[in-house]
Amino acid sequence: MSFSVTEPSPVQKWIAGTLVVVYALITILPLVWIISTSFKSQNDAIAYPPELVSPVTLEGYVNLFSTRTRASAEDLAANPPETWYDEIAAERGTIIVGPSRFGERFLNSVIIGFGSTFLSVFLGTLAAYAFSRYKIPLKDDLLFFILSTRMMPPIAVAIPIFLMFRGLGLSDTHAGMILLYTAVNLSLSVWLLKGFIDEIPREYEEAALIDGYTRLQAFIKVVLPQAATGIASTAIFCLIFAWNEYAFAVLLTSGNAQTAPPFIPTIIGVGGQDWPAVAAGATIFLVPVMVFTILLRKHLLRGITFGAVRK
Amino acid sequence: MAQIRIQNVRKEFGSFTAVASSSFTIEDGEFFMLLGPSGCGKTTTLRMMAGLDLPTSGQIFIDGEEVGQKRARARDIAFVFQMFALYPHMNVRRNISYPLFSQGMSRAEARAKVGEVAEILGITHILDRPVGGLSGGDRQRVALGRAIVRDPKAFFMDEPLGALDAEFRERMAEELRALHDRMRATTVYVTHDQLEAMQMGDKIVVMNHGVVEQFGAPQDIYDWPATRFVAAFIGAPAMNFLDFEGTVGRGATSLRLGDAEIAIPMSRDGRAGALTLGVRPEHIHLDPDAAYRGEVVAVEYMGTTQIVSLRTAHGALKARVPAGQRVAVGASVGLRFDARTLTVFDAANGRALISAANEKVLSHG
Repeated sequence: MSFSVTEPSPVQKWIAGTLVVVYALITILPLVWIISTSFKSQNDAIAYPPELVSPVTLEGYVNLFSTRTRASAEDLAANPPETWYDEIAAERGTIIVGPSRFGERFLNSVIIGFGSTFLSVFLGTLAAYAFSRYKIPLKDDLLFFILSTRMMPPIAVAIPIFLMFRGLGLSDTHAGMILLYTAVNLSLSVWLLKGFIDEIPREYEEAALIDGYTRLQAFIKVVLPQAATGIASTAIFCLIFAWNEYAFAVLLTSGNAQTAPPFIPTIIGVGGQDWPAVAAGATIFLVPVMVFTILLRKHLLRGITFGAVRK
Repeated sequence: MAQIRIQNVRKEFGSFTAVASSSFTIEDGEFFMLLGPSGCGKTTTLRMMAGLDLPTSGQIFIDGEEVGQKRARARDIAFVFQMFALYPHMNVRRNISYPLFSQGMSRAEARAKVGEVAEILGITHILDRPVGGLSGGDRQRVALGRAIVRDPKAFFMDEPLGALDAEFRERMAEELRALHDRMRATTVYVTHDQLEAMQMGDKIVVMNHGVVEQFGAPQDIYDWPATRFVAAFIGAPAMNFLDFEGTVGRGATSLRLGDAEIAIPMSRDGRAGALTLGVRPEHIHLDPDAAYRGEVVAVEYMGTTQIVSLRTAHGALKARVPAGQRVAVGASVGLRFDARTLTVFDAANGRALISAANEKVLSHG
């Protein structure tokens, strides 16, 4: 296993560097825009031409998490602000009357997103292992069938699913949404994980079988650690889908199990065009997937089977 | 430590017969070689002995107990894989101690045992390293350590030196043999390298197309091949084959090759028709007085010997003669064969005719 790489010339390096920077700017710019908007006041957010630097305020975040009511000067005088967020609300001539529903919507997203990710990866790993290692009648047909569930956009079957969910009492429940996202993600996770597990030489499990372990023990102690890279990347894909899914969430959830994506646009209707609050919602919404990806980054980048088997 | 007996073991993968009804016995403490070209069923045979594949039919006895359909972990054997199969997510110590934990051994006990094994193999200094960065030889030693650490009934090795560089190979072969001589554990070793098999084995089974061709001590197999395949597979350069039409009668002590009368060991078989005379290169002598003639085509100098390629009326020959002998390319030379070393094969089925010389070897094979 030897390869040679010629050292790139300074010009090539410069071009490559420039391309990377330009690409990074293009992808990062919308994020920067959203995040900076979330810290602007409503007026600054819609200022034209846009202001690159404007005073930082947490107004957007306060509005995101609270319900407010417009108050007259007397009311404001009668109820002096007690906390920093009361103060921010008061500056805009409003009084906070209670929390908004963003918190619970966000929590729903976490429960449904991570729940379905766990289930997809768990079931996917077992199925992929079976497909990879065992003789299964009609294996290729089954794999094709599993893949075929993704050959049309899932939303194409929205109406049957809507009716089915209503009939089964799964509409607007966490369990229903977890099942739905798992069903959609499972084909992806089976196929991705099968690829990763196929790459793990059987000799490891056979060595474990010889060393006195059962097949299940060999799977847990030898296969899983080596599939960690694959499991991590599959989990990220599944989470990103479930986390960002909008159409089914709009259709199937409302009062109880509504996730953040359908909720965030509704913020805009509360008290005018509240762009900073929407931006704040989007910003907070980004955090879990980012944290999850960063946590699993180690597994994504490092192939842990490196060098243990000679190829 | 145990005797291993293979009885009529057969393995089919769908319509493909990987191993066709094999039988042989590996005695307690033997270093036993399963030799054959790739695809001959030797690895499948080993895997069936280990319990990684189950035989379609037949029985496998380890230490007198029938284990043919038992799982690998119920057989108490160790397996060294060609690619070593060291667990990549564990360091050397964990790798070696892994079989001990399945037996419920305590941490302290396992630690002591691993230390002992590492001492034997000379790998004490790498115990806490990850397996990723080890050299081929060290990986091999770790794989051996994992095998010997729990004193199994037998060791099974699937071309364990195949993944090593040539220079390491020689050394590891010696280490392996020394280790075996020290532990006297029954060892079954799969290889396609006939030199390795001859050099290390107490006994050899030669397989081809899923069939056991011959089974015996290296010297016996080399001197008295049971089939043409074995004769051709073992030895370099290979045994020479002279195809001729003729008759070898029961009790005959010579055969006619063209105009020449060639003395052979007294035949116990009678056969007429297409026959093949097998003669090892070192058993051909250049003798001006010999009746059988050949033309020198090429000469390769090997140091103490030279390999002379000849053309005869019955096909090409290679003779190994002393380096000092002068041989001119193009010359016609007389060829004398060592009578007591010759084997006659039935060309139809490739089997050796039984003679006074090989009957002892072939009667039990």
